[in-house]
Amino acid sequence: MGWIAIRMLTGDRAKFIGIVFGLAFASALIMQQGSIFWGLMLRTCAQIYDLRGADLWVMDPSVQFIDDVKPMLERQLGIVRGVEGIQWAVPLYKGNARAKLTFLDKTTGKRVDVTEQVILIGLDDNSLVGEPAEMFTGNLLDLHRPNSVIVDKVGLRKLFPRQGLNLTKTPEEFKSQLVKLSRRKEPAIMSKSIQTNDIPNTKTVDTASEASPVLFEMEMNEHRAEVVGVCNASRTFQSNAVIYTTFSRAKEFVPRERKLLSYVLVKVQPGQNHAEIAKRITQQSGLAALTTDEFVAKTINYYLRYTGIPINFMTTVILGFIVGTAIAGQMFYSFTLENIRQFGALKAMGVGNLRIVGMVLLQAGLVGFLGYGLGVGGATLFGMANRGQNSELAFYTHWYLLLLDAGATMIICVLASLLSVLKVVMLEPAIVFRG
Amino acid sequence: MEAELSLNPDIPKTQTKRLAVRISSVSKQFGKGEQAVKALQGITWDVAAQEVAMLVGPSGCGKTTLISVVAGILNADQGSVSIFGESITAMSDRYKTKYRAKNVGFVFQQYNLLPALTAAENAAVPLLIQGVPRLKAVKEASELLGQLGLGKRIHARPNQLSGGQQQRVAIARALIHKPKILVCDEPTAALDHETGMIVMKLIRELAVSDDRAVIVVTHDNRIFPMGDRVAHMDDGHIESIVDGSGRPIPAMIDIP
Ligand SMILES: Nc1ncnc2c1ncn2[C@@H]1O[C@H](COP(=O)(O)OP(=O)(O)OP(=O)(O)O)[C@@H](O)[C@H]1O
Ligand SMILES: [Mg+2]
Repeated sequence: MGWIAIRMLTGDRAKFIGIVFGLAFASALIMQQGSIFWGLMLRTCAQIYDLRGADLWVMDPSVQFIDDVKPMLERQLGIVRGVEGIQWAVPLYKGNARAKLTFLDKTTGKRVDVTEQVILIGLDDNSLVGEPAEMFTGNLLDLHRPNSVIVDKVGLRKLFPRQGLNLTKTPEEFKSQLVKLSRRKEPAIMSKSIQTNDIPNTKTVDTASEASPVLFEMEMNEHRAEVVGVCNASRTFQSNAVIYTTFSRAKEFVPRERKLLSYVLVKVQPGQNHAEIAKRITQQSGLAALTTDEFVAKTINYYLRYTGIPINFMTTVILGFIVGTAIAGQMFYSFTLENIRQFGALKAMGVGNLRIVGMVLLQAGLVGFLGYGLGVGGATLFGMANRGQNSELAFYTHWYLLLLDAGATMIICVLASLLSVLKVVMLEPAIVFRG
Repeated sequence: MEAELSLNPDIPKTQTKRLAVRISSVSKQFGKGEQAVKALQGITWDVAAQEVAMLVGPSGCGKTTLISVVAGILNADQGSVSIFGESITAMSDRYKTKYRAKNVGFVFQQYNLLPALTAAENAAVPLLIQGVPRLKAVKEASELLGQLGLGKRIHARPNQLSGGQQQRVAIARALIHKPKILVCDEPTAALDHETGMIVMKLIRELAVSDDRAVIVVTHDNRIFPMGDRVAHMDDGHIESIVDGSGRPIPAMIDIP
């Protein structure tokens, strides 16, 4: 009887497709919104994941999320270093700085002065622990050169607004893009004759040392910062440019303060239990010590609890759920009604209630399965079309979302078929004789 | 109950027929109080095997209600119905469903075929309900459709068939599982006279058997002569029972 149920369903092409698309819509919406939400949540933690190499993050106990920096005194570093079972402990500065730079507008040729809030990260001067995972151009070790900083690629768009910076170019093309923009000469000299590919600083730097050229200069807290490299960093929630430098230089790039130690990054000795050491650090220093995963969980938890973001997404998801249920339910019910005489005839011919309900549920299950598949597929295509580190869109599909979406689609199907099931169960077979 | 009975004093003793359906004092009321409709009021009527019993009468007199009770898709308020000695009114709903699947064939005025299935698949439905494998069931149904003159149309969908062809598919569906009783409600009402006669002839030729009761409800007085036992109903009562030529016969078949 199962195949009869399916033939009945697919026999009415238009209705069948309508129901499947209704469900696909709901499923896709749940999936897409869920993935964007998840992606955004991960962005809030991007910097935790980006700073690699350490086992534990040590911080002021009241810190709630990565950007909620509560600076500590530098002597805390010494205390942490004294804890037994630690291989090394290094300082990390993380804070906001104001970067100023000047460039010549691509189209008008006029001078543009930019002041931008940037995320400043100061890495341990010697080890550079917490370095960006991937350099796009330039060399990390150039951070040992005076005044040097490294900027993240996506953030450059904020530093050079409206310049149509093409992030997909190769490192060489990209470098010349930057150098062209940031030529410190006056507009008058910026004539056609100089529009060649020569890079002012290349030669001098190259001959002097093997170091990379200075791509452009900025000023932070009245200190000169020379950008020597571009790295790939994960998009952060605020999408501000991320600037890497050394810890001691970072202190110069921000106004003088008594407390400037944001985090202490700790490597645990091999074979030691991380949780055990974390506990020991807390006991001896009074600071919180979290593993990367714990810090991520804490950060996400903060955003879930104290921002309107989850409610926003939940609203859309719930709307998708309701609209999906309404569309699919309405169409499915009208499909059942249209076939009510057939169901009645089957009942008269001796098909029991259980089997009739089974047929309806099979029909609901089939449209649910197809709708789910199409929905997930559609949402994934959408995600893939907007994929990439440079993308404005945060999109991350956790496998958990697939389950959640499947569950939601199933509930929609059950709800949608509920009326139909009731209808066929209550159906008197005697109606088959009525005109 | 396998009693052999003489139908009519005029018919010689050798032409005895078996009692197939016994309807005793069946009453059915729809609704309650002032709105109540007494659709059946103490109906008593016997139907023999190997003949076509007809139920005729004005609209609303209770014909459909009566065959619904006889076919086991509607519960009577009072009285009993037994089919070849088995009381259908005493069965539980669950058992009745099973009983219908095995023993009852239906032909409806509006055919009620499944539009998504082919002619052969439609005719095979009762076998499928009983769990016969699909291929076997469809093969059997195709053969039966051949006997009904539809051998070339077995793969056609109902909407590709004429009314008469659809009704023939419905007859195949009603007979494929060799039911003990065939109930037909206005089988010819949606057809022109000629096609109706063909359908009735097919019912006579293929359905009539000594282990089956055939009951046909009809308005169409032109097909009355095709009935062996015609019950005239009015207002929930049976007014008279006559044979095909109009001679009165008793409501009950004598059991010696
Ligand atoms: N489900 C029901 N609820 C209420 N009244 C009903 C119901 N079914 C039938 N009736 C009433 O019972 C009476 C007998 O109906 P039934 O359908 O048996 O008549 P019928 O002889 O088959 O008429 P027709 O020739 O028009 O088909 C009618 O008055 C009808 O209105
Ligand atoms: Mg009727």
